[in-house]
Amino acid sequence: MALQQTKPAPPDADKRWKLVNAAMRRNGYAGHALIEALHAVQDAFGYLDETSLRFVAESLDLPPSKVYGVATFYHLFTLKPKGRHACVVCTGTACYIKGAGGLIEGVEQGFGVVPGETTPDDRLSVLTARCVGACGLAPAVVLDGAVLGKQTPDALVAELNRLE
Amino acid sequence: MHLDDMFERAEEYRAESAGVEHEVRVCMAASCQSSGAQPVFAALSEGGQGDACRVKAVGCMGLCSAGPLVAVAEVAAPNEAPVLYRDVRAADAPDILASVGRQPVERLRCPTDQPFFTRQQRIVLANAGIIDPDSFKGYVAAGGYFALIQALTEMTPAEVVQEVTKSGLRGRGGGGYPTGLKWSTVAKMPPGQKYVICNADEGDPGAFMDRAVLESDPHRILEGMAIAAYAVGANKGYVYVRAEYPLAVERIATAIRKAKRAGFMGNRIAETQFSFDVEIRLGAGAFVCGEETALMASIEGLRGQPRPRPPYPAQAGLWGYPTLINNVETYANIAPIIREGGDWFADIGTERSKGTKVFALAGTIRNTGLIEVPMGTTLRDIIEVIGGGIPGGKAFKAVQTGGPSGGCLPAAMLDIPVDYDSLRELGTIMGSGGMIIMDETSSMVDVARYFMEFCMSESCGKCVPCRAGTLQMHGLLDKIAKARGSAQDLALLEELCDMVQATSLCGLGQTAPNPVLSTLRYFREEYEERLAAAQV
Amino acid sequence: MPIPAPPTNVRVVTFQIDGRDYSAREDETIIEVARENGIPIPSLCYLEGLSTWGACRLCLVELAGSPRLVAACATQVAEGLQIYTDTPRLQRYRRTILELLFAERNHVCSVCVSNGHCELQALAQRYGLDHVRVPYRHVAYEVDASHEMFRVDHNRCILCTRCVRVCDEVEGAHTWDVMGRGSDCRVITDMNRPWGASDTCTSCGKCVQVCPTGALVKQGTSVGEMTKDLHFLPYITRRRHNR
Ligand SMILES: Cc1cc2nc3c(=O)[nH]c(=O)nc-3n(C[C@H](O)[C@H](O)[C@H](O)COP(=O)(O)O)c2cc1C
Ligand code: SF4
Ligand code: SF4
Ligand code: FES
Ligand code: FES
Repeated sequence: MALQQTKPAPPDADKRWKLVNAAMRRNGYAGHALIEALHAVQDAFGYLDETSLRFVAESLDLPPSKVYGVATFYHLFTLKPKGRHACVVCTGTACYIKGAGGLIEGVEQGFGVVPGETTPDDRLSVLTARCVGACGLAPAVVLDGAVLGKQTPDALVAELNRLE
Repeated sequence: MHLDDMFERAEEYRAESAGVEHEVRVCMAASCQSSGAQPVFAALSEGGQGDACRVKAVGCMGLCSAGPLVAVAEVAAPNEAPVLYRDVRAADAPDILASVGRQPVERLRCPTDQPFFTRQQRIVLANAGIIDPDSFKGYVAAGGYFALIQALTEMTPAEVVQEVTKSGLRGRGGGGYPTGLKWSTVAKMPPGQKYVICNADEGDPGAFMDRAVLESDPHRILEGMAIAAYAVGANKGYVYVRAEYPLAVERIATAIRKAKRAGFMGNRIAETQFSFDVEIRLGAGAFVCGEETALMASIEGLRGQPRPRPPYPAQAGLWGYPTLINNVETYANIAPIIREGGDWFADIGTERSKGTKVFALAGTIRNTGLIEVPMGTTLRDIIEVIGGGIPGGKAFKAVQTGGPSGGCLPAAMLDIPVDYDSLRELGTIMGSGGMIIMDETSSMVDVARYFMEFCMSESCGKCVPCRAGTLQMHGLLDKIAKARGSAQDLALLEELCDMVQATSLCGLGQTAPNPVLSTLRYFREEYEERLAAAQV
Repeated sequence: MPIPAPPTNVRVVTFQIDGRDYSAREDETIIEVARENGIPIPSLCYLEGLSTWGACRLCLVELAGSPRLVAACATQVAEGLQIYTDTPRLQRYRRTILELLFAERNHVCSVCVSNGHCELQALAQRYGLDHVRVPYRHVAYEVDASHEMFRVDHNRCILCTRCVRVCDEVEGAHTWDVMGRGSDCRVITDMNRPWGASDTCTSCGKCVQVCPTGALVKQGTSVGEMTKDLHFLPYITRRRHNR
């Protein structure tokens, strides 16, 4: 049976699709490498939208509902664009004991956003994570990929205010 | 290749650094990097001290809260404790370099004669903080890959399984299942496609043992996995790492690449008939994917939802093939067991829990960080002696072990020896080794609510008791914590705990009530106070 | 897996269910044997002809000598087992599970087109569930009536995934799947788009027939009119298997 599916063309001329395609090719366009492909999209574009999910579904020859189901199961994948900066407040046990709740409140008071939201000016997204593995430095925050340890609400808000 | 060739190779690697008299070791594990280890490393490297002094990036030294940590070691005296410096800044680099071979820099010094260091026994962490995790040669020079070659050239697969069985090693991922038994089940399945998986998902929020091992000594995990694969007849492995650990992912990827290049991974390893390949798979933020059947679903590219067992992974695992799945720390114990023998390992620890255990101390405790102690060490020794007790003149209230699946133990229980069975009897579990210490300011009802909130938001949503039960239990706990609950609410909460524990599909739901049950067992008065507060 | 290949050397084993002796092939599950012998083990996610899901936990049974309950739909019989299907403990758990399901979404039977023909309602009656002790979640879900023949009312969905499985395993379309996690789970068609806009749905209606509640129904039915017909499932799977 010649049911071989042809690989779809990237949705547009954006060069970042090359990265996504490379990741899928590395895994032989296997359906089981779906999560790897979604990581590649998120690394390249910052989030997953319907266009990219459809592209991945077609490239890996997977049902669209399955791809959407996987993308929404894992908390690290986001279907909404993030702000220019991402502040991840750790809410793991060690950080909780050492006052992660206060950090979240501080940020909420300072910027009017709760975890999962982005400020209206797109400057800052606030997120939470379950243990970033820096428990020795609790409470910890990951700001644009860099871990800031032993935070206080005031220090954190001041740091966030310095962002562009 | 023979064992003799291995000795020669290690000699050769060691000879390459002949002339180095001192090593300045900078911890470049994630925690110290967060505290600013990179500029320190750069400043020390630039400061250059000639060939006799080498600046080296190493893995975790344990006392993470005092990072960045730098150690100055005399190569000729490997058994002597190196001079350790804490809270080092880049500006301190000249002083440290100038002190090498002379008087230590007292103002930065972190004493190493304190129990935090002297009371530890390092098997899993033997190389952590000493070797460069990115260096294949460094691992071999420290005795790495000997056990693999020994297993491949001098032992049959059955003998390897026997040695692991003899050691009494039990799984370090939380359940404490006998490792030898698991291996022999997979080994006994008919030959054909089989897999080995390393569970590096480390989802317990407050634990960082596996991360430290991956970041400090990644080849040790690969060696353990390769030995396991040989023993059970597999030729393909996966390391499932959580994506929140980018540095660990990078280090294990480097290790795989270098092991391949050196012929210790891939086709016909070390010129034997044995082939073994490892791939990395990333998690994406789902605690439940630490559960073995969910983890395999995730590797298969599916939603990380558990499935009923049996069939167990050992019988029908990844894509339906027999699969061995072990935790990072479990694999980290394998090479020493093969090298030193199962009997050697079985001499350490207690009657039914052998060897050592790595714990991550966190919360309100003076020495936060990573320790490795023999099984059977008492909680009091760990917390008060090694951990240095509670800072700020506060009183100890409880220690939480086992994360969201575990429980809280009060001061009265501090003298129990830590092993799988005693902890279980007391209503908690060993878990993967996270240990959170809480002082008198922590409310146990709030802690129980915190863990229930965790389980609720991490429930995969497949089975009804866990999906809907954790939600209801969280609602009741919230009501009680906010002093709006009644005795009826508490009774309903206890009933739901029993039901969810007994009926949930996987370990997440089955153990989700544990934090509530253990705090009710030891701190019931705190619940009653909240109920009484609701009356007025 | 729906219907595994018949193994060549299956043994016949004997065991007890609720104190009476039975025998069956060792590759049969407890629930299959119970169904053949008219023993009513409650179930919602299990459906003969579909793969085992093991999620509703209503089919849990007790085994003598073991504190652990096992799911009858996911456990094979074995020599000498003593199975208890209706102990007071099991009844209590089943009632609580049903309460949790009722509190989770909005099941108002009196206005449901499946009233009187709903598996959830029937179980609630069987276990004498006259009130729910846990608070209702009160989340309003939408009703998607965009499909020309069918309608999905998420308020009545119990996430048994029968629709997902029949669509994937029997029809082969895989229009349905589940999105989200925990209590936020919801069944979706394609990329979480209206069902009527689906490019994969063949409008075969199998999902509607297997849905145990009034979540998936035919358009144009009114209260109590929607009956489900499951006869096609064993028939299709058997025929396909025998080919
Ligand atoms: C909800 C849940 C989460 C788990 N998380 C982990 C984990 O993060 N790391 C781990 O090694 N084992 C975890 N486990 C245990 C694994 O299912 C499995 O038992 C373990 O990886 C087996 O390895 P071991 O025998 O070496 O311990 C978890 C279990 C459950 C039920
Ligand atoms: S117990 Fe919770 S996590 Fe486990 S299968 Fe059930 S819903 Fe999913
Ligand atoms: S729509 Fe019906 S069949 Fe599908 S999951 Fe919901 S209740 Fe089950
Ligand atoms: S709990 Fe926050 S880093 Fe571990
Ligand atoms: S019928 Fe067995 S769990 Fe649903």
